[in-house]
Amino acid sequence: MSTAEPGRTEVSWIVESAGARLAVYEHGDPGNETVLLVHGYPDTHSVWDGVAALLAESFHVVTYDVRGAGRSSAPRASRDYRLDLLAADLFAVADAVCPDEPVHVVAHDWGSIQSWEAVTDPGAERRIASFTSISGPCLDHVGHQVRQRLSRPTPRNLGKLVSQLLHSWYILLFQLPLLAPAVWRLWLARRWASVLERVEGVPPTAGHPAPTLRSDAVRGIALYRANMLGRVGRGPRERSTGIPVQLIQPSGDHYVTEALTEGVERWAPRLWRRTVQAGHWVPLTHPEAVARMATEFIRHIGGEPASRTVRRARVGVRRAPFADHLVVVTGAGSGIGRETALTFAEAGAEVVASDIDKGAARRTAELVEVLGSRGYGYGLDVTDESAVRDFAGEVAARHGVPDIVVNNAGIGHGGPFMATTTKDWHRVLDVNLWGVIHGCRAFGERMVERAEGGYIVNVASMAAYLPTRDLPAYATSKAAVYMLSDCLRAELDGHAIGVSTICPGVVSTNITRTATFAGVGEAEQGRKRDRATGLYARRNYTPRRVAAEIVRAVQRGKPIVPVTPEAKVTYLLSRVSPATLRAAAKLEVS
Amino acid sequence: MPSTQLDFSERDLERFREVQQLAYRCAEETAAWLEPGVTERQAAAELRRRLVAGGVEDFFHVPFAWFGDRTAFRGFRVPFQFFPSNRVLREGMAFVLDCAPIIDGYTADIGYGGRVGENRIWDRLCADLREYRELILRLVREGHALDEIYKQVDALIARHGFDNRHQVYPGRVIGHQVTRQHAIGPKGVTLFGFGIRTLQTLGRELISERLHGRSPLWADKHASAHAPTPGLWAVEPHIGFRDVGIKYEELLVVTGDPGNPAYWLDDDLPHVRRWQAMEVA
Repeated sequence: MSTAEPGRTEVSWIVESAGARLAVYEHGDPGNETVLLVHGYPDTHSVWDGVAALLAESFHVVTYDVRGAGRSSAPRASRDYRLDLLAADLFAVADAVCPDEPVHVVAHDWGSIQSWEAVTDPGAERRIASFTSISGPCLDHVGHQVRQRLSRPTPRNLGKLVSQLLHSWYILLFQLPLLAPAVWRLWLARRWASVLERVEGVPPTAGHPAPTLRSDAVRGIALYRANMLGRVGRGPRERSTGIPVQLIQPSGDHYVTEALTEGVERWAPRLWRRTVQAGHWVPLTHPEAVARMATEFIRHIGGEPASRTVRRARVGVRRAPFADHLVVVTGAGSGIGRETALTFAEAGAEVVASDIDKGAARRTAELVEVLGSRGYGYGLDVTDESAVRDFAGEVAARHGVPDIVVNNAGIGHGGPFMATTTKDWHRVLDVNLWGVIHGCRAFGERMVERAEGGYIVNVASMAAYLPTRDLPAYATSKAAVYMLSDCLRAELDGHAIGVSTICPGVVSTNITRTATFAGVGEAEQGRKRDRATGLYARRNYTPRRVAAEIVRAVQRGKPIVPVTPEAKVTYLLSRVSPATLRAAAKLEVS
Repeated sequence: MPSTQLDFSERDLERFREVQQLAYRCAEETAAWLEPGVTERQAAAELRRRLVAGGVEDFFHVPFAWFGDRTAFRGFRVPFQFFPSNRVLREGMAFVLDCAPIIDGYTADIGYGGRVGENRIWDRLCADLREYRELILRLVREGHALDEIYKQVDALIARHGFDNRHQVYPGRVIGHQVTRQHAIGPKGVTLFGFGIRTLQTLGRELISERLHGRSPLWADKHASAHAPTPGLWAVEPHIGFRDVGIKYEELLVVTGDPGNPAYWLDDDLPHVRRWQAMEVA
């Protein structure tokens, strides 16, 4: 059936299948496991260039131009683009390049639609080991789903149908004669690169859009005409599979919404579902993320222990709210930091506890283990930028990119402005502000790069919005953290990384035992420390209650959380009557 | 009047030691008898039955039993909550037995912690409790004031990441003085959980010590700003983590002799043996 074509370097094989000649491309060591990449519309194999290069480091990677696209032949009739033929093409390629072992399929858009057809073919598990589906549902599943929604026309169900229809306008246009081909021929093919760049944020690359785009796009319309009405409209079939399926949903997909794959576990019980913070053309915009997700999944199916993100993606498993999440907490050796680490651990999270006191951080990690989770303790001075960067790198390498980072490390400092020295200012700002900046930057970058969302919690203080003559340096540092968090929240919103600002109030913690006071001698320092500690102890608001609020803030995505009653009241006052707080600020408390 | 010297003879100390041994033996037997389904009341009654069978005539306070999160005194607001309740013991729960038997005026006051089945939190607490016994003895021997020792114990609790549960006891006490009881009135009659003879003795002690600016109760208040007076002190560090609490309680001998200022009356006790076994393992 197949012949090698040594004359054309980039095409490795020509595979004949059901009346079409398919151009097949190979990368990597053929001795490795085979990954078959199937492209969508109106692309060619070149949509996978970035992903293929990355996967080729550890797999035998095979791509091909589907019938009608790129260098493959293009049957003329619409009926020659039926899904059963497309599925036969996939099997033919797999048989040619890897006759003895089942292959791992990774597919995008229409490539995924036709791969579903192959995957749900009876006996497919002999040829396909796993399927990673990006933005392309099984049309039969969609057909069932539409019928089900129409049979129970609740506002919610109808809303989802209308929403998907609005995303699928082009599918309807493609059913009309003449119009779509004319648009592609006369205008869109020439402008496609700039449309992609402007609408989808996809910069043109060497192979994409392909030089054959005009004809690919026109012929590919047959995909829609040959299959859409039949499968979705008239009679969807029952198509199930026992093959493990990983669904990757791009969060910003303008064409294929998450609602389209709702309930897929009914047909594919071995299902993993994850979201990538990207648009529809994620193989082009985020090749690292796609290659990583595919690799993690394939390795797990091959028998390796699942990575944390793969475990989290498994559908149909009951788990604790933060099970399979990694949480990093700074200042976790005592007080609010330690309790936050423990509370997340109780909710199932793995915890990296860091503290300037390494022994205390390790102790927190031990307690995390006692609570039945996994904990790791690190010594970390948050004021040292390169140390924080190294720490973030080490955490990512050893434990993975964290899902939640709590920038909690802080120190207390009291005393009037005139008595506060430059050195005091540096010390307070270094820990309370720069520590947070370093943490947000080092971990934020990694979260953005991973493209699977995340959460940053910055522990500020009631002093962030409550002026007082007694805490100028401390309050300034916390007000800065408050504003920093507001700005960062806006920036990270598009990456699905939430940011919460926690404003605790008077909480009984170690901070009063280590606080310093400006303009007083050693003995007076100790006395003030004892008095503050006594006052905070009598207030008796435990760090554990603050930790519970932090966990709740992450669960609910709350932007600002004043914790204690006094923090809530002064927060309200700072909104409705800041003049009152300004007047109260003149009172000398300590 | 309180003396600067220990006014117990070796014979007296031996009697105290015997009562303490009896109390711990009964607690161990009761612990072995416990099984899922038993209530705190049944456990306390069993403990009392065994103590009486062992010759106990009166109680410094009634026997207590706490199960589950009640071992950490979670949700305790009023002293009546210390009394044994209908809480049922379940697999994996921690428990604490606490009793204070008196024979011939010689008083013991002990606390025994355990668990039914697996409980990792309890295991950790149990292992770490050892440090408190060592710390308290060292600080007493170094002559620190009681309130200062209390604060250092608090600091250790904070370092461990646990919380102080003895602060829930009346007066926040981590310990109290124990004397040989010479009181009148019927034995075995209690008021608010304390034997009426206990209340007489305790009241007398409270008054006489207060006259000397001292307290027979060991807390973190100003009244405890003195080194422990020679005599016997029942010391009961009680620590908790999440819904699990553990304590031990035993007699500390404060001698007033600079050569050997203090020692635990007896080292052959269940919690000490547990730590020794851990060391071997």
